[in-house]
Amino acid sequence: METRTHISVQNLSVYFDELRVLKDVSIDIPDHKITVIIGPSGCGKTTLLKSLNRLLDPLDGVRVGGRVLVDGIDIYDPRTEVTEIRKKMGLLSQRPQALPMSIYDNVAYGPRIHNHIDKKRLGEIVEHYLRMAGLWEEVKDRLDEPASRLSVGQQQRLCLARGLAVGPEIILGDEPTSALDPQSSQNVERRLIELKEQYTVIVVTHILRQAKRIADYIAFLYLGELVEHGPAAEVFANPQNPRTRAYLTGEIS
Amino acid sequence: MIHSRSRHSLGRRKVKEGIFRVLMAVSMLIVVGCLVLIIGTIVWKGLPAMNLSMITQTPKGGYYLGREGGILNAIIGSLYLASGATVLAILFSLPVVLYINVYAKRNSRLASLTRFSLDVLWGIPSIVYGAFGFIIMIFFGLRSSLLAGILAVGLLEFPIMSRAADEVIRLVPRELLEASYSLGATRLETALKVVIRQCLPGLLTAVLIAFGRGIGDAASVLFTAGFTDRIPTSLLQPAATLPLAIFFQLGTPFPEVQQRAYASAVILTVLILVISLLARGLGKRYTRHIIK
Repeated sequence: METRTHISVQNLSVYFDELRVLKDVSIDIPDHKITVIIGPSGCGKTTLLKSLNRLLDPLDGVRVGGRVLVDGIDIYDPRTEVTEIRKKMGLLSQRPQALPMSIYDNVAYGPRIHNHIDKKRLGEIVEHYLRMAGLWEEVKDRLDEPASRLSVGQQQRLCLARGLAVGPEIILGDEPTSALDPQSSQNVERRLIELKEQYTVIVVTHILRQAKRIADYIAFLYLGELVEHGPAAEVFANPQNPRTRAYLTGEIS
Repeated sequence: MIHSRSRHSLGRRKVKEGIFRVLMAVSMLIVVGCLVLIIGTIVWKGLPAMNLSMITQTPKGGYYLGREGGILNAIIGSLYLASGATVLAILFSLPVVLYINVYAKRNSRLASLTRFSLDVLWGIPSIVYGAFGFIIMIFFGLRSSLLAGILAVGLLEFPIMSRAADEVIRLVPRELLEASYSLGATRLETALKVVIRQCLPGLLTAVLIAFGRGIGDAASVLFTAGFTDRIPTSLLQPAATLPLAIFFQLGTPFPEVQQRAYASAVILTVLILVISLLARGLGKRYTRHIIK
């Protein structure tokens, strides 16, 4: 199997005050695949995801041990510029968080911060990524409207477009469909599958059926431990660890 | 048995509910009644003395004895002073509030110390700010002036504005900040482009509350801004203010001048009302993008 990887997690431990939320997690995330992190709620899935772009930083009492290498750079090295790390990753959160501005400005937010782009070029960028997120046809006539007027499902695709517009290599999804109706969920899932051609995708979910639909690679977390990881087909067909088997059959949840 | 007891307790609960309703109604009545009474009184007593020259002329000789003139000096003085003080207060309170909400961690010691200090500052009576300003003035050899008044009133407005703005910015969901961070924005970019936009109506209210306190305060300007019949043309000249104009006019033994004090109060009230409405009208334009 190919070993190229953007993200290499090495002996990562995360503590919230005294509580150890992640225990010695090591995993290489395969490029251009959808890696799905599964596990019961409270097992550290979201913490693992947020540790990848240092979104744990603003939280109180968080300590991180071990290393996370992104393109060979240790992101917890004090010399690493955090905005550069985050630029490499687009994030979809549990509830879409549109920024308090127009649809257009939401997508233009990242490009405006990171590069000085002339107006015409910016318009092209906005259109390009809205198309990529499958939202363009629905919003092309009302780009000046507040983003908050979109439906939740549309907002999640707007967040996707906004994240892609920064030019990342990686897409992180923290239960990105949990607030959406079935149809919008399907829409987002379809986008993610399309996007793995160009991006490395990491998604956290507690919905096993979703994991089966989209995953190429599975990581199973249980009580902060990475119990098992491997190609999705293998893990689902023939889990090696009894705890994985128990989770997949619904004995633990 | 159980049945009858529960019915009994339902009756008592209804009585409690009723008592509380009456209590609420009475409180509302007192609050609204006071407002009506105050506005009614100043309008009732002030309206007969109201005329165009009140707001177009400065006091002529003998104005305080009941002769000709108006209080344009105090209207302009108050507007200059309160505007300057409000701008000054914004310049200091916005960074403070953004620091304790965006930069500091949620339960940082420095942030809670800052909040505590602001609460204490808020509670300090305005005459103390006036006296404090006066001491500083003496130290720098400054005379009563618009500038000194602006500094004292700005100091008075600062904690009010900061605390009011703080309460608004605190409500910004953490996820909204994370969304901005995850796009590679710095804290400053997040503060300026996301937090301020999201909180604009609340921030406007904070500014207006502070402005209202500033323009209506008499004690802090008593020593610092001084009083004059002329309209100030530089920051170093003394400036008249409406609250002091009311105070001096009420203090005369002449009923017609006392009436003018009430007319001045009407002018002050209307001024605050107009500015509030204007600011809110302007602010409405920018609220459409807010995330609910």
